[in-house]
Amino acid sequence: MRKNILSYLEETTERLPHKLAFSNGKEGMSFSELLEASHAIGSELCRLGAKREPVVIFMDKHPKALAAFFGAIYAGCFYVCLDEKMPEARMRAILDNLNPRFLVCDKKNQKRAEALCVAHTFVYDDISVCDTDVVLLGKVRAEQCDTDPIYVVFTSGSTGIPKGVVACHRSVIDYTDSLIDALGFDENTVFGNQTPLYFDAPLKEIMPTLKMGATTYFIPKVNFSFPVRLIEYLNEHKINTVCWVVSAFVQVSSLGALEKVKPEYLTTVAFGSEVFPRKQYDLWREALPDARFFNLYGPTEATGMSCYWYANRALAEDEPIPVGRPFDNTRILLLNDDGKEAALGENGEICICGTCVTMGYYNNPEKTGESFVQNPLNSAYPEVIYRTGDIGRYNEYGELCFLCRKDSQIKHMGHRIELGEIEAAALKCSGVRRAACVYAAESKRIVLFYLGEADENGILAELSLHLPRYMIPNIIKKLDNMPLTDNGKTDRRGLRESAENM
Amino acid sequence: MEKLIEILSSIHPDVDFENTVDLIDDGILDSLDIVTIVTEINDVFDVTIPAEEIVPENFNSAEALFALIEKLDEA
Repeated sequence: MRKNILSYLEETTERLPHKLAFSNGKEGMSFSELLEASHAIGSELCRLGAKREPVVIFMDKHPKALAAFFGAIYAGCFYVCLDEKMPEARMRAILDNLNPRFLVCDKKNQKRAEALCVAHTFVYDDISVCDTDVVLLGKVRAEQCDTDPIYVVFTSGSTGIPKGVVACHRSVIDYTDSLIDALGFDENTVFGNQTPLYFDAPLKEIMPTLKMGATTYFIPKVNFSFPVRLIEYLNEHKINTVCWVVSAFVQVSSLGALEKVKPEYLTTVAFGSEVFPRKQYDLWREALPDARFFNLYGPTEATGMSCYWYANRALAEDEPIPVGRPFDNTRILLLNDDGKEAALGENGEICICGTCVTMGYYNNPEKTGESFVQNPLNSAYPEVIYRTGDIGRYNEYGELCFLCRKDSQIKHMGHRIELGEIEAAALKCSGVRRAACVYAAESKRIVLFYLGEADENGILAELSLHLPRYMIPNIIKKLDNMPLTDNGKTDRRGLRESAENM
Repeated sequence: MEKLIEILSSIHPDVDFENTVDLIDDGILDSLDIVTIVTEINDVFDVTIPAEEIVPENFNSAEALFALIEKLDEA
């Protein structure tokens, strides 16, 4: 029985020791180099008495950071990744929540890491060459269960205090196997990674690379500002698979890069985390007619992604891209306001059941209890499901469609309105690149913020063609920049505050 | 040049755009900023920056960016 994700690394190193596993384009590590460094780090942490506790990793995005992750897991611990761009206050809040005894940093971040005052703070270059103690590592492994955590990933809580999602071996193994089955990754897959290491998003590349013996390139962040350079990078490294957030794709297509240069090797395109504006999605489809496209959907709380839609049919003109169906061994429950299963065509909250459901929020029983709840359809035995707070509906093909966030549902002039619906309509207007709609509850006004060349009156005229009168925004405001949260999502709280002051 | 500095300063009021020459290499401008700048230049100067000109060398300083606008304007 597979009970530890490290067995992927061990089996692949046996088979392909010298193959390049991870690279940032300049420096890379083979599977055996990765294993060796992980062993050394794990051994040293064990010797110092680390056991089932957090190990903070404060390193730049580099293959070495992964060796530190796996080193923590070898010691029977779990990793928590910090990033140099994280605001000081957020970093503090995370450490307050964890109260860690161990930290591994690189030279570059050493000063800032030491200022965090974690009892045992190591520099990677030192700890990664410590003596490996095979007996000690074997003892740790023998004592481990697949329900032991391997990471804590912090998401932004609506109160502003980050919540640490705890995931264990079992749920990550489950995700890895079902993701590979659904998207068809193998030894020849060459990933071009975009997402930062402090989220669960890069598991999409990291885990299949370990299991199948594939290769992952960490694409330098600056390339995502300069789309032609980005595509040249993909071509240079013969990257055939990308799993990016939607905004990275939109950057490329909206600046016209696909008309100048084509990603020559790209055969699998997976996107997620946000709704793909149809115009931009269509540009990518036209540029890569032979590639397979996947929409991925899922919350961190259910380990990576939970649902996927394989784009094997053309979409109707105004049809949103479905999120499709759950991965194997995952079940979706669509619950209506009465806590009953939503009927076909009825809206409901997307709830997730199965091994993929994570263990809850670290040191936070209150928030855990709010979202990780007993399945309301089952009163016979304990069964925890995760309530996503997302509203969905099945379409005529039986595919799940994401509609909006539950908290974006408002009551305005007696009407129940989904702000997401107004956003979707705004995105259809010509010259609108991004849109975010909020409700200023005090002044009782719907405010639409947008990016793009369109002017306010033009949007107003177009919206009137799509929306009932009561859904037309009271204020339409053009922005130069969409404010984002630390996670890179639209900062709706911030927008709501500015809307209240208009 | 003044108009360009105005655009840039509206995005990052804290940056001295007249004297900074490593806007990209220092990570001052991110991908969202680039889109904003390209769009604004299109509006204000009525020139479209083609994708092949959206490269770090042209965005590292206000001077380089202005030279690009002039070049595109003449073409």
